[in-house]
Amino acid sequence: MASYVLRRLGVSLLILLGASFLVYQLIAVSGDPLKEYRESNRPNKEALMQARIDLLDLDTPAPLRYFSWLSGAVKCVVPGQCDLGKTLQGQPVTDALGAAIPSTIQLVFAATILAIVIGITIGIVVALRQYSLLDYSVTFMTFLFFSLPVFWVAVLLKEFGAIGFNDFLADPSVSVSVALGVGVLSGLVWAVLIGGSWKRRGIVFGGVTVVSAGILWYLGWSQWFSYPGLGPGLVLGLGVGVAFALTALLAGLRNRKALYSALIMVVLGVVAMVALKPVLEEPSVWLVALLGVLAVGAGLLVGYLMGGYDRGQSMKVAALTSFAVSGLVLLDGFMQAWPEYFKLTRGRPVATIGSETPNLGGDFWITGVDKYTHLVLPTISLILISLASYTRYSRASMLEVMGQDYVRTARAKGLPERTVVVRHAFRNALIPLATIVAFDIGGLLGGAVITENVFSFKGMGQLFIQGLDHQDPNPVMGVFLVVGITAVTFNLVADLLYSALDPRVRVKA
Amino acid sequence: MTEQTTERMTDSLDSGEVAADLKGKSQGALVRKRFFGHTGAIVSLVVLALVVILALTSVGIGGWHGWWKFRWTDTPPLQNGGRPTLSLFPFSLGEHPFGQDSVGRDYFAMTMRGTQISLLVTFVVGLIAAFVGVVFGALSGYFRGWVEAVLMRLTDMVIIVPVLLVGAVIGYNTKSGGVVVLGLLLGLTYWTGMARLVRGDFLSLREREFVDAARLAGASDRRIIFKHILPNAVGVITVNTTLLMSSAILLETSLSYLNMGVKAPDTSLGLLISQNQAAFSTRPWLFWWPGLFIVLICLCINFIGDGLRDAFDPRQRKVSLRRMKETSSDEIESRLSSSLLAASTVTLDGPRTGWDGDAPGVPSGENPRDEQR
Repeated sequence: MASYVLRRLGVSLLILLGASFLVYQLIAVSGDPLKEYRESNRPNKEALMQARIDLLDLDTPAPLRYFSWLSGAVKCVVPGQCDLGKTLQGQPVTDALGAAIPSTIQLVFAATILAIVIGITIGIVVALRQYSLLDYSVTFMTFLFFSLPVFWVAVLLKEFGAIGFNDFLADPSVSVSVALGVGVLSGLVWAVLIGGSWKRRGIVFGGVTVVSAGILWYLGWSQWFSYPGLGPGLVLGLGVGVAFALTALLAGLRNRKALYSALIMVVLGVVAMVALKPVLEEPSVWLVALLGVLAVGAGLLVGYLMGGYDRGQSMKVAALTSFAVSGLVLLDGFMQAWPEYFKLTRGRPVATIGSETPNLGGDFWITGVDKYTHLVLPTISLILISLASYTRYSRASMLEVMGQDYVRTARAKGLPERTVVVRHAFRNALIPLATIVAFDIGGLLGGAVITENVFSFKGMGQLFIQGLDHQDPNPVMGVFLVVGITAVTFNLVADLLYSALDPRVRVKA
Repeated sequence: MTEQTTERMTDSLDSGEVAADLKGKSQGALVRKRFFGHTGAIVSLVVLALVVILALTSVGIGGWHGWWKFRWTDTPPLQNGGRPTLSLFPFSLGEHPFGQDSVGRDYFAMTMRGTQISLLVTFVVGLIAAFVGVVFGALSGYFRGWVEAVLMRLTDMVIIVPVLLVGAVIGYNTKSGGVVVLGLLLGLTYWTGMARLVRGDFLSLREREFVDAARLAGASDRRIIFKHILPNAVGVITVNTTLLMSSAILLETSLSYLNMGVKAPDTSLGLLISQNQAAFSTRPWLFWWPGLFIVLICLCINFIGDGLRDAFDPRQRKVSLRRMKETSSDEIESRLSSSLLAASTVTLDGPRTGWDGDAPGVPSGENPRDEQR
């Protein structure tokens, strides 16, 4: 095993060397570094050109120049000694990377995680209902999303998601026809989702239509969109729903101990929400994180104390419920800050560019809301385009697994369908997905070049594109190096993960 | 091709269908039958053909002017602010069905020209990438040893070279009119996923009994590759060529959008969007039409790929308990042994062997969408 990893790392190093040489040569022929001076009429044109030639060392041929870059880059092995050169503006590339990487992670991390979770969930559900109306509609949607050019989606989102929604928020009233329209739409979605006989679908459609139209109309009438919030009552109601859903999914509703521990956590969460109100007026990030950890810990403890024949399940359900309820409490906090934020942004809360409002100030809640309003559109566009592949992969994988003999064996043993799907099929369906996820996470740092470009996000992609535009080799090489190293590393991780998860695959040591 | 029919068919659990299908039909006929049974794929094929015909005949190619009254370079006077004159009820094209841009150029002609260019690049990228990928994958999967080591390391190297950089190089070095060159060079960097997939398929196919039989009968390497293994891998290759093309069109439009691919005065769908996105609030049609054509073309190619996959590999048909009961025991046994065989040939270098992926992408971790994000 160790020898395999070492050998792979050695080979990866050689690949990186070769690729970096290739990339350096490509950069050298990707444009004219003196273009901006050739076209200018400035009197000191010649001197400026000479300065640029000296700065980029253009008199040395590119293959030789690569080695002077490399001699700086190899020093990165020793921490603190890294020398990746400077940008044309004189900023060290390591600093530029240090600023760009967190920004990119902020943008891509949430989108990737959400796309993975949503995509896999949809894929599994669709696989369980193969060739149903739901399957066909989801298949069509995934193909549609997969066919969308991201720059096109991004511009549409800016137009309708930001400008249109801001216009709505300026005068948040919901007319009866709009409420009915949205109600019918959600009724249709749920009728397809629930499935079953036509009678059942009809009941679902009617019920959902009436309820959602009513809720929407009430929200508009009560000015909820201007002054949103959940309050302890809604947190309690939603929390109970979450508790039932999680128990049904993970333990089965017949496992009363699990259900009760989840419900206890909901009640505890609401009590904590009311009790901690003064503390949560102006919290720090660390306090919020600590409270989240405490919530999960309390869930584990309650599940453990409830005991029963399967402690693990109760603990799992209680901890997850507790985590979800803390999320709801947090959401409520952000909603409370909304009216103030709305005023601070002069009534245009959803942003179309950048990663934060400059000179905003404000406490934890305000800056948090500010981050979300900036991240929401790029995140949606990234989720839309990457959702499709996860859905298709997990559907394929789940179908493959559901046809296996051990699933039939599990059914033949008389296990409930929930156990067969969640314990026997789902886990095995995740194995091939794990490698894909590892690859995608490895590619995260490359940033989302086009999305960053459209939304003016200053991340790795922008650094790369701008370097390329100005024929500035050092930042381009810096981005390439970071992306290449993570890609190669996660490539290895994916392979190791696969052999760890699937014992049929063994490492060729 | 007979061994191939039985090999693939015993994989299927659809016993009833297998029995019916096996009766004196070649693999090609089976695939054709299943493909034509796939409504989505057929509809897409027709739509795509219509789009191609429309794009080619309306503004013409080369010296031929086509039947549309305007060229994409003509600047007739602006009418009605350049608003589209297309109306569906009652159907009429009007003077400028897609409207006009700010200097009065007919937008239908421009969109058609852009569609031509984008399709051309897509097909060139798809064919070149498929060819190189198949050659690399086949050689490394069949010969293994140092051939495999060298070719796969080369593949790994090309994978981490950013496609955007290649686009920039091409954009700088080929002046206008270098569309074919653009496609050619992009194809030369886009074959890595195909190479890995084909290699995986070859790795498992070369261990099969029919290859041993051919070798014992004295067949040369070339004969085994071309006559025995390649026909069995043709499903994977066809399906992935289609999916490659659907991501190639997105790649081309993205590059053009970033001003790195096709350059003015020639045009492409991505370039049209890039030039007109600022005018969204005043002239939204300049933004809608090229985008709709990109989505339409890409959607069609994806559905055709889906239909091809179902046709070549019916394993993911519905698994119903009733059918499974009807499946005779020896079929289950042969399916089991073939899956065990496939598993035993899976090595860590190709963990995704035998899983040719249902997703519209390349499951070798080189997600083509990454380039597009």
